[in-house]
Amino acid sequence: MSETRLMTINMGPQHPATHGVLRLLLELDGEVIVKAVPDIGYLHRGIEKLAESMTYPQALTLTDRLDYTSGLSNNLAYCLAVEKLLDIAIPKRAQYLRVLLAELQRIAAHLLWIATHALDLGAMTLLFYAFRDREEILGMLELVTGARLTPSFIRIGGIAADIPEPFLPRVKAFVETFPKRVDEYETLLTENIIWKKRTQGISPMSGADCINYGVTGPVLRASGVYYDVRKAYPYSSYEDFDFEIPLGRKGDVYDRYLVRLKEMRQSNRIVAQAMEKLPEGPVMAVDAPLVTPPAKEEVGKDIAALIRHFKIMEEGFKTPRGEVYASIESSKGELGFYLISDGTNKPFRMKIRPPSFINLGALPRMIEGQMVADVVAAIGSIDIVLGEIDR
Amino acid sequence: MAKCTACERLREKFPEAVRGIEEFRGEILVTVDKGQLRAVMTFLKESDGTLYDLLVDIAGVDSGTESPRFLVVYLLHSMKYNNRLKIKIGAPEGAAVDTVSDIWKAADWMEREVYDMFGIEFSHHPDLRRILLPEDFSGYPLRKDYPLKGVDFDKPFPVCLEEEKGNQTDV
Repeated sequence: MSETRLMTINMGPQHPATHGVLRLLLELDGEVIVKAVPDIGYLHRGIEKLAESMTYPQALTLTDRLDYTSGLSNNLAYCLAVEKLLDIAIPKRAQYLRVLLAELQRIAAHLLWIATHALDLGAMTLLFYAFRDREEILGMLELVTGARLTPSFIRIGGIAADIPEPFLPRVKAFVETFPKRVDEYETLLTENIIWKKRTQGISPMSGADCINYGVTGPVLRASGVYYDVRKAYPYSSYEDFDFEIPLGRKGDVYDRYLVRLKEMRQSNRIVAQAMEKLPEGPVMAVDAPLVTPPAKEEVGKDIAALIRHFKIMEEGFKTPRGEVYASIESSKGELGFYLISDGTNKPFRMKIRPPSFINLGALPRMIEGQMVADVVAAIGSIDIVLGEIDR
Repeated sequence: MAKCTACERLREKFPEAVRGIEEFRGEILVTVDKGQLRAVMTFLKESDGTLYDLLVDIAGVDSGTESPRFLVVYLLHSMKYNNRLKIKIGAPEGAAVDTVSDIWKAADWMEREVYDMFGIEFSHHPDLRRILLPEDFSGYPLRKDYPLKGVDFDKPFPVCLEEEKGNQTDV
């Protein structure tokens, strides 16, 4: 009998298919993975520690740098937590615009995912098409927020400014063409025999397993579990919109792909509805002068407004003592912020619940017993962002 | 107070372990005795009326000067009943907390992170190592007494010290 010798190979942290600086230690028996140990933390910046030294409005800028493919979603989750702590009401127009922006951001994040995931598996063409559409979304977001990746645009109490005039016509044009674009992507992949061979039956997870590992987002839904924070704990008026939660059955890489494609279509529907139903009114909470800075015009004319502006920018504001948890459905899964306030103007503790971190925890379970060539497919299918994992 | 089936069940089943139930902004926080953690968690996950099958997150907290110094907060979600619950335990400095990583697999990495950042040990954890910080890192950065910029930010890198000594290395 020949003896079995295991071979350990090191994948990453500098590897084109690990989507950042993820390192995997793979123990192989031939081509089969016996054990996989992820090694993370290469991008650790101590965001939770930094937040403790910043005022609430300042800490917002840190959230952009978590999942840098969907900055607006991170802003939203953080603001929801602070607003819950302060117990202030957000005007409807701001809520709808938040939904609109967050859903555009979700589409952009999913497009980035499909582009890189397909590229990892050898389907390069899609990258160019997906980036064309993503570029259009980033252009629109830049028009509104002034930034492509780190917007810090959703603020505590509402959004930083109302949308400029050319924005809605551009969104309208996008919303009309986008479903056809998704159809195009589908013609490239959905029935593609190579794509199916590389994704079907790869790294499957059952629904019960996913729940046990804390997996959320499209990966969980691909296993057939109906859990989406937008439906389970609606925030920012999501209950006003009509949309479905796509589910998969087998929980393999292919199902995750299908779920995300369908999610893009649903997000597109939400964007269209938000645009159509967009109410008039202010975009900042009106009854919280201690929290929201005054309008720009006022600052130039009124000394009291100027003082208020500087006070909020310099010192922030005090929050009531207490602890809250608020979460959203980001493109990766449940993104939550757990804030503890000791009554001062800085968070006593800010715990981030990053979906990628917890989803990645299930990676060894997904790939152990699978072939080494499928590791890349599995990593791509979880859609990780290391900025969020390492914080 | 909003209706809380889990609180009632817990009061009934573990009258001694439940130290307090608070509500803030509609969120329910149950403080339980550290020694009873595993029993409480198993009960919450498996009994019919609660079924908290998703462990959303585990957060470590350093309360600074208060006693017990550390707190560990568990955020739970029930898929069936669609509600959330927070369980909090206190842990004095140096005391180990029982692991829940065999109850929820998700706790494995979450507990490692708490250990990494606060130095709270989890007994019977299968693989308690640092997760985000390098293995040779000293100190626990999210403790309140750990300086924000780190302990060695104003000290030169070892490489620079070498250069000062005149042992310039080739670049």
